Amino acid sequence: MRVYTPLEVAGRNIYLREGCYACHSQMIRTLRDEVDRYGPYSLAVESSYDHPQLWGSKRTGPDLARLGNKYSDAWHVTHMNNPRDVVPESVMPAYRWLLRDQLKTEDLGDHLRAMRAVGVPYTDEQIQFAAQDAYGQANPDSPEASGVAERYGEATNIRTFDGRTGPLTDMDALVAYLQMLGTLTDVAHTSETAEVE
Amino acid sequence: MALKERDEFSGQLTTGHEWNGIKELNTPVPKLLWAFLITMALFGLVWTVLMPSWPGINGYFRGLLGADQHQAVQQTLAEANAERAVWADRLATEDLAALQADEAIMNVVRSAGPALFVDNCAACHGPSATGNVGYPNIAEAPMMWGSDPDTVAETIRVGINANHPETRFAQMLAFGKDQMLAGEEISQLADYLVSISAGPALPEDQRLAANDLFLNNCAGCHGEDAAGMVESGAPNLTDTFWTYAGDRSTIRQSIYNGRQGTMPAWEGRLSTAQIRMLALYVLDLRTATP
Repeated sequence: MRVYTPLEVAGRNIYLREGCYACHSQMIRTLRDEVDRYGPYSLAVESSYDHPQLWGSKRTGPDLARLGNKYSDAWHVTHMNNPRDVVPESVMPAYRWLLRDQLKTEDLGDHLRAMRAVGVPYTDEQIQFAAQDAYGQANPDSPEASGVAERYGEATNIRTFDGRTGPLTDMDALVAYLQMLGTLTDVAHTSETAEVE
Repeated sequence: MALKERDEFSGQLTTGHEWNGIKELNTPVPKLLWAFLITMALFGLVWTVLMPSWPGINGYFRGLLGADQHQAVQQTLAEANAERAVWADRLATEDLAALQADEAIMNVVRSAGPALFVDNCAACHGPSATGNVGYPNIAEAPMMWGSDPDTVAETIRVGINANHPETRFAQMLAFGKDQMLAGEEISQLADYLVSISAGPALPEDQRLAANDLFLNNCAGCHGEDAAGMVESGAPNLTDTFWTYAGDRSTIRQSIYNGRQGTMPAWEGRLSTAQIRMLALYVLDLRTATP
């Protein structure tokens, strides 16, 4: 299981800041209708790098545990900017400032270091290049991009998440986070009983 | 030590203390409550033995009854799959064109398809599949990659510009931003496209000039008659359906910046039977729409 990239950590912090967990859970329960709708039920190991876990217990919106790569980046950007543009009956608030606000990246190394202090296995190199990797992940044609795949694996999404290259916005980080949800390990898909062993 | 004393009104013992002339009754806890507490405590103890409970270093105590929610859900899922197998196996393996004519299968598709569509596809294409800005109308408009059932199922499986290794790939170039066309030429083309889709027709000299531009730059993907090509996934530009709106300024923007829409790949998230059911469902919507 891979760790969160710096951009995803930043996105996760925005998820916390905006209180997304108040309406969205990240926990697929062991019930037939949940597995039918959202995919394999959540395993404990999938939350092992979450400090704190964002399981949640209220679903005004749908569960997000396996949201990663379900919809396109462009859809997420439109939807976050104004949910009614794509889902007319939605009651989710519009988060228009996400596209406007520049993402603060200079302290991302400290965020990774804090995560390491509570047990997430970040390497010194990952911490050192945190800000650079955050930029590279949302700028696939930049020289910084190659380091991201090197340090976090080939399966990492490296795309212009908010549709624009160059400086990062909060939208880049949040969409990068959402598009990763449920994709860090495929243990829930491959072995339904892995956690018992 | 004061003597125990019985209160003359209630008949209960008092605590034996006196505070400024006030004495306190020493009413015993009702027997029923004791019985309840003891039963519940015993039940709790027995339950921790029967059910998964105490954590340990290498796992946890499983309980004597062997209850396991993971196994329970696996079992209900297996039962559900067995129930569905009657039609799911046929959907997954049989020829789609033949299934389209099979009333029994199509009844299943019409009853189970909407839930599947709303949960997975409606976010972009809308609950009635009529599309949204940036997301094509798949209930009415011509399909960009072809509309026979196997092609539609394949599009759902691998997606368009998605992260699937076999994904369909279509990118409209940024003719303005990458300086392949001048601003004036883009305007000419935009006028031309508005005229061939919505009309009215342009003056003949203007039409010919724009048509030249079109043949040199656009026809490779959209076809010489601008009717689109399923080989390149390029849409028909002569009808009134537009993925990104058909007004002049949006068309200019599309030519200037190019377009590269993404449809996610659904293989892995949906089963083969589900993917093929969605293909049949969407095509059924199209035949139902006049």
